[in-house]
Amino acid sequence: MPLSEVSSGPAILAEGLTKSFGEVRALRGIGLAVPRGTVLGVLGPNGAGKTTAVRILTTLLLPDGGRAVIDGHDVLRDPAAVRRSIGLSGQSAAIQEELTGRENLEIVGRLYHLSWPDARARAVELLEQFDLVDAADRQAKTYSGGMQRRLDLAASLVGQPKVLFLDEPTTGLDPRSRLGMWDVIRSLAAQGTTIMLTTQYLDEADELADSIVVIDHGLVIAQGTAEELKSQIGGDVLEFVVPDRSMIDAAVAAIKPLGEGEPHLDADTGQVSVGAGSRGSDALIDAVRSLDSAGVVTRGLALRRPSLDDVFLALTGHAAEEDGQASGRRRGRRRGKPADNQAATGRRGRAS
Amino acid sequence: MTAIAAPTALNQTGPSPATRARWAVSDTLTITRRNLIVWYRVPAYIFFSVVQPVIFVLLFRYVFGGAIPVSGRYVQFLLPGIIAQTAAFASFGTAIALAQELQKGVIDRLRSMPMARSAVLAGRLVADTVRMLVTILIIVAVGYAVGFRFTNGVVPAIAMIILATVFGLAICCIAAYTGLAIGDEESVQSFGLIWLFPLTFVSSAFVPIATMPGWLQAFANNQPVTFVIGAMRALALGHQPVAPDMLKSIAWLAGIFIVFASLAVRAYKRAT
Repeated sequence: MPLSEVSSGPAILAEGLTKSFGEVRALRGIGLAVPRGTVLGVLGPNGAGKTTAVRILTTLLLPDGGRAVIDGHDVLRDPAAVRRSIGLSGQSAAIQEELTGRENLEIVGRLYHLSWPDARARAVELLEQFDLVDAADRQAKTYSGGMQRRLDLAASLVGQPKVLFLDEPTTGLDPRSRLGMWDVIRSLAAQGTTIMLTTQYLDEADELADSIVVIDHGLVIAQGTAEELKSQIGGDVLEFVVPDRSMIDAAVAAIKPLGEGEPHLDADTGQVSVGAGSRGSDALIDAVRSLDSAGVVTRGLALRRPSLDDVFLALTGHAAEEDGQASGRRRGRRRGKPADNQAATGRRGRAS
Repeated sequence: MTAIAAPTALNQTGPSPATRARWAVSDTLTITRRNLIVWYRVPAYIFFSVVQPVIFVLLFRYVFGGAIPVSGRYVQFLLPGIIAQTAAFASFGTAIALAQELQKGVIDRLRSMPMARSAVLAGRLVADTVRMLVTILIIVAVGYAVGFRFTNGVVPAIAMIILATVFGLAICCIAAYTGLAIGDEESVQSFGLIWLFPLTFVSSAFVPIATMPGWLQAFANNQPVTFVIGAMRALALGHQPVAPDMLKSIAWLAGIFIVFASLAVRAYKRAT
């Protein structure tokens, strides 16, 4: 096998992937390329088609159209070879709860056709790597959510995959477990594993991904590095909080002539933000002067780079107040067939 | 594009057929092992497959048995029937476990791995067969304690146990298909296998069919559970020739295997 040829292409290549579930067009022509050793963040609201894309790329689902190549192997023509190259960690922890952490990993090792001694050794290695040594011989049902996810991720690494698919790896985790999972993913990326990571969380994509594609309604609506996406909405954002709510209107009036576009006001928190273009600290100085002359006292006045939150809002127009509801709903729901997974959520979801 | 397509073609060979066959066997055994560990760690499963059948034996032997007229002692009539019923009900475990694995994403994980695709189903059925055999042996032991005796020799007795196991396995194939096709644990549990009740009770398992109303006799006399139990009784007791019921049983069981094993495999391949 001419290794050079295989390893020269991207680790993940997808072209024009389409998939419908009955009436619902989950994917309407997705294309993406992930260079070896990089992390791609696939960002999109619930129901955008992220999971469908992952399921096609991991040979679990046949696309209606398009093609995909993983580590040089065509997903449709040689799914068995694809399976030898990949690891998958899905939205729910696909571990056997009645088995101990060690047994779970050993059995996966056996299914990767390791000998018993090798399967045992690999399990020990992964238990250490994922900080599960103390819990190794307890049934996985006694594990916390974060531990179960770590075990699930460890199981997806037993076969030392070159390409790793992580479908919403932190959905449903508490903040501390989430940070722990980020550390684990960072170290995997540092070891050279190619990772495709789907997420509803913008900060997660920002933290972990080398490049990002934004998916909505089965289409790629934007792609680039986090910085490139941010620069798409042009310039910095000036932001401050008005503690005295009666002064908010005055503050908005004072700031409006300085900013680019309409100021954005969050009535709940009293936070005002406005595009400040590329005028840098001049924008800040002007803002201080005009707010002062209007007699408005502010807190946390700052000039910041736009977040992916701003980008997502600009790209999709999804309303910010639906934030959190979508992810809560997802966590509560059981995993159904992909058709209703896609259909039930529709436009409601949104990245948080 | 051709640069990517070329190595794909070269890689298509993969492992040799002999290696693949070896892997299929070892994968099946690995899944079997996993399923058996789960079985003995969950008290509810043990209760369902061990305690409940024992309660049934005692209930029919000492509570209902006296009121049911049969030729000979009722415990002799009862044991083959209750073994067949228990073997059939073992299939609940098959259907529920597969639906659960599908729902939790365990099957997704396994299907994304380079393991034999047949192993999940095969390992499930092998483990369930082991489980069923343990249950049958326990019932035979309890039966002996309450007065049942094999009266036709050792080899026919073993043949009866094998027939009961094969029958249970056939029902497990139907259950595997049901579990995968429904794919929702609660639905499977509540109505997926409801048909097993009329199938096992409207048979010769617990009462002589002659005591049922005529229209019900027509069904009871011509359904596979009655044939299987007839053959099992003949093997265990030697009171009538084995062949007639045995031939019908084999025909039915073969038919069930062919239809539902392939349906189950198809449902597994399509499962998402």
